[in-house]
Amino acid sequence: MREVKVLGTGCANCRTTAALVEEVARQQGIAITLEKVEALPEIARYGVMATPGVVVDGKVVHAGGVPRREKIAEWLAADAAAKPAGSCGFKCSCS
Amino acid sequence: MTAGAMLALPRRHPRLFLAVAAAAWVLAYLALLPVAAWLAALLPLGDAGHLREAVRFFLYDTPKVLLLLAGVVFVMGMVNSYFTPERTRALLAARAGGFGNVLAALLGVVTPFCSCSAVPLFLGFVQAGVPLGITFSFLISAPMVNEVALALLLGLFGWKIAMLYLGLGLAVAIVSGWVIGRLKMEGWLEDWVRDMPRTQATVGSDATTLAERVQAGFAAVREIVGRVWPYVVAGIAIGAAIHGYVPEDFMASLMGREAWWSVPVAVLVGVPMYANAAGIIPVVEALLAKGAALGTVLAFMMSVIALSLPEMIILRRVLKLRLIAVFAGVVATGILLVGYVFNAVL
Repeated sequence: MREVKVLGTGCANCRTTAALVEEVARQQGIAITLEKVEALPEIARYGVMATPGVVVDGKVVHAGGVPRREKIAEWLAADAAAKPAGSCGFKCSCS
Repeated sequence: MTAGAMLALPRRHPRLFLAVAAAAWVLAYLALLPVAAWLAALLPLGDAGHLREAVRFFLYDTPKVLLLLAGVVFVMGMVNSYFTPERTRALLAARAGGFGNVLAALLGVVTPFCSCSAVPLFLGFVQAGVPLGITFSFLISAPMVNEVALALLLGLFGWKIAMLYLGLGLAVAIVSGWVIGRLKMEGWLEDWVRDMPRTQATVGSDATTLAERVQAGFAAVREIVGRVWPYVVAGIAIGAAIHGYVPEDFMASLMGREAWWSVPVAVLVGVPMYANAAGIIPVVEALLAKGAALGTVLAFMMSVIALSLPEMIILRRVLKLRLIAVFAGVVATGILLVGYVFNAVL
């Protein structure tokens, strides 16, 4: 069970991101708990300076803009936590 | 070259791709005027008249502005990938006023910024010890001098006015931030903001490749142009109608140089307007052609883009009312000055 949090103050991009995470998890058959964090003090605690932010199992994996589908799948995949956090724009040809 | 190789070009050979894309862009831009004239000639509109004038304006300006918009947004998308909010914050932490305000306003132009992220960004700056006035210089410049406004100004008003807007926008951001810093208003942050734990501004290593920056450029075009193009087209259509049908000098009495009250009215009307900068600039260009004064027009655009009611409502969650009022008042004063100075000088 992966614990996913979407950080954002209720803008359109944040809602889109949350819906996208849910959809990708369903497609990949990965069980997640999804929480939308809208309280500013909590968002600030994660140190995210651009919203929407995405937190997987307590680790910030994304900040700013709607993430790409492939990235979400990557975060949710079991070995995602083991990979170094990079900011590859697309299917990680840099890994 | 096969289709597959074409698609892989931006990823495999980003330099070659950028050269090819730039050449294609220039060719398309040069071909615009003849193609628009040819299309206008094909339409059965008669020789003279308002309709023909309006249609020709629309046919030429729409592709021109959209092409410029795509080009500028792509380049800015790539530039943005060099300036992450984290890096900008580290550059600004513990700066003194003056030079710090200049640096913050300049970084506001090149750091990716979305108004819905204004508050988290503000909090991140405060946590890292960026002085309040310098934070405001950034927060004023980032939305005001944005790529969409610059691309539209470039396409519709020409590079001189675009540069003028850029320079004045920076000046308003630098001076307003400096004034707010001098007023020492740290006490007017919301209490929980003031009590937040401090963090060290650090920057992770940046291993972004050129191919990834090209991808970032594409992503920016998809997101920004995809969002604003309907406003641009609608704005140009209204502008075209004004060009074709509204009599010359019609705006002179309303927004002309003699109407001293037009600058404050333009600023006030601009505040509640929001997110439609893309649609407003083409309309404003048409008004300018009909006798509105340049200073009034610039003040109106700045007010629409820089001061927005929704943004102030969001900021209320981290700032006390007094600080928001000072922020709005200082920026509005700066914009008013810009309007009056221009009407007086030009």
